[in-house]
Amino acid sequence: MRKNTNWLATALIALGSILILFPLYMTVGIALKNPEEMAQSIFSLPTGLHFENFSNAIKATDFFHALQNSAVITIVSVGFILLTNSLVSYAIARNMNRRFFKLLYLYFVSAMFIPFQIIMLPVVKVTTDLGMNNIPGLILLYIVYGLPFNVFVYVGYIRSIPLELEEAATVDGTSTWGTFWKIIFPLLGPISATIIILSSLSTWNDFLLPLILLADPSQYTLPLVQYVFQGQFSTDFNLAFASYLLALLPMVVVYLSAQKWIISGITQGAIK
Amino acid sequence: MAKRRIAYYLMTIPALFLFFAFHTFPALQGIFYSFTNWDGFSDGYSFVGLKNFINVFKDENVYNAYFFTFKYAIAATILINVISLLIALGLNAKIKAKNFFRSVYFLPNVLGVLIVGYIFNYLFSNAFTIWGAKLGSDFLSQNILGNPDWAWVGIVIVGVWQGIAYNTILYLAGLQTIPADLYEASSLDGASKWREFWSITFPMLASFFTINMVLAMKGGLMIFDQIVALTGGGPGRSTQSIAHLIYTGGFTGGEFAYQSANAVIYFIVIVAISLFQIKVLQRREMDL
Repeated sequence: MRKNTNWLATALIALGSILILFPLYMTVGIALKNPEEMAQSIFSLPTGLHFENFSNAIKATDFFHALQNSAVITIVSVGFILLTNSLVSYAIARNMNRRFFKLLYLYFVSAMFIPFQIIMLPVVKVTTDLGMNNIPGLILLYIVYGLPFNVFVYVGYIRSIPLELEEAATVDGTSTWGTFWKIIFPLLGPISATIIILSSLSTWNDFLLPLILLADPSQYTLPLVQYVFQGQFSTDFNLAFASYLLALLPMVVVYLSAQKWIISGITQGAIK
Repeated sequence: MAKRRIAYYLMTIPALFLFFAFHTFPALQGIFYSFTNWDGFSDGYSFVGLKNFINVFKDENVYNAYFFTFKYAIAATILINVISLLIALGLNAKIKAKNFFRSVYFLPNVLGVLIVGYIFNYLFSNAFTIWGAKLGSDFLSQNILGNPDWAWVGIVIVGVWQGIAYNTILYLAGLQTIPADLYEASSLDGASKWREFWSITFPMLASFFTINMVLAMKGGLMIFDQIVALTGGGPGRSTQSIAHLIYTGGFTGGEFAYQSANAVIYFIVIVAISLFQIKVLQRREMDL
């Protein structure tokens, strides 16, 4: 095998990464400037560091409140997805020879093809009628809507776990629930990590479901707040960009501190 | 043993019930309303048969939306797959600071689509135009998103900028499954790099190619957030996607039943395309 560094590939990759980083550099730069500096040059480095953009953005959008909403929704949804979707998958995976479970599997998995737009209009009516057009309702929907993909991934993984492990527990008189929680659930670690990453990203960044579902502005999530304040931002770009940066920052921080784990989690999910 | 069987049912039946109540039931309701004239908020409605479906086929806005959505989805799918495969090959080569670059290329995937859209919206209207003016080009000094003929290209640029991240990681995962001895054998045979790519790398990536094509196409056909952030469907209706049309018409345009019919057709189109893609691409996988 070639051991030498491929300098041509390194150069091309470096060049390409500038295209990725440039818009982000602009975001940080604009967020730190004031209108006078912008008038001189919007591309140059900021000279003054106007942190008041951030404090104004925090006040204007009630940032910490929206952050809290987003965090609660994501953490609770992902926690329940992990506990419930894996349990459902376990029951299905261990009973694939029985018609009920086989059909249930096909039912969930075939729902992956249904675009959200076809249920979008009626689901608002259903949730509003039930008084669930709020954060708890949103959380429930994320848990339920995760099922098709998660069952598909979990069932495949659980079927690769040898039955002998459970049979020993059965002989010892452990119940089905006990077997799942004590033996299977811990074994699901690697694939659960993938599920956590993918569902956290999609829940945190989701815009459409909160947009159509949440009725009370005090329950708005971070993306939704950016949308609502867009009209007021249109006159003050520095404030707008400070707000965008604040909204992007939590996920960027999580990503930078766990990037290795996140990339390998996604990779693992893909190969399964 | 009966106890065991009951436990399995208890594990699944609540999920089945909830999934039916919040996914299948609304879907069926959507199909039901598509045969009525309900506007979404009045108390009463009546059945109109296939009238909504017939009208959808006559609706210029629907044609516009399909035209834009397909144009976007096809362009984005091709570009995303070509570029992310190139990046994956680069990241898989012997390069410096491999882990750093891997992190950089995946970064856009953790950023919210809506906010990325807002950032690019500003860049298109206020930043890139300055460069265009400096280059002395009338075309480049205008905001691409404000031009009915070219706004879709701006949306493709943003979609590709963000979309390549995920596909790159999948291709990179695929590249790492290819055994190194295949390359050793081919270099002993004196195969060129070009030949090596088409005879080893690309065929070995077949299943990853299928997944990436289907995912990118499905994502493209469902485009919504970028439209809201970049153009709101404009100028005129030149960049209104199907999802955006269903949303605006259904919730604010009093067209609940009519857009439900549109959504039913959209559903059939998406399923047909996904199945077609999987069939064609998997046949290619088997031929290899």
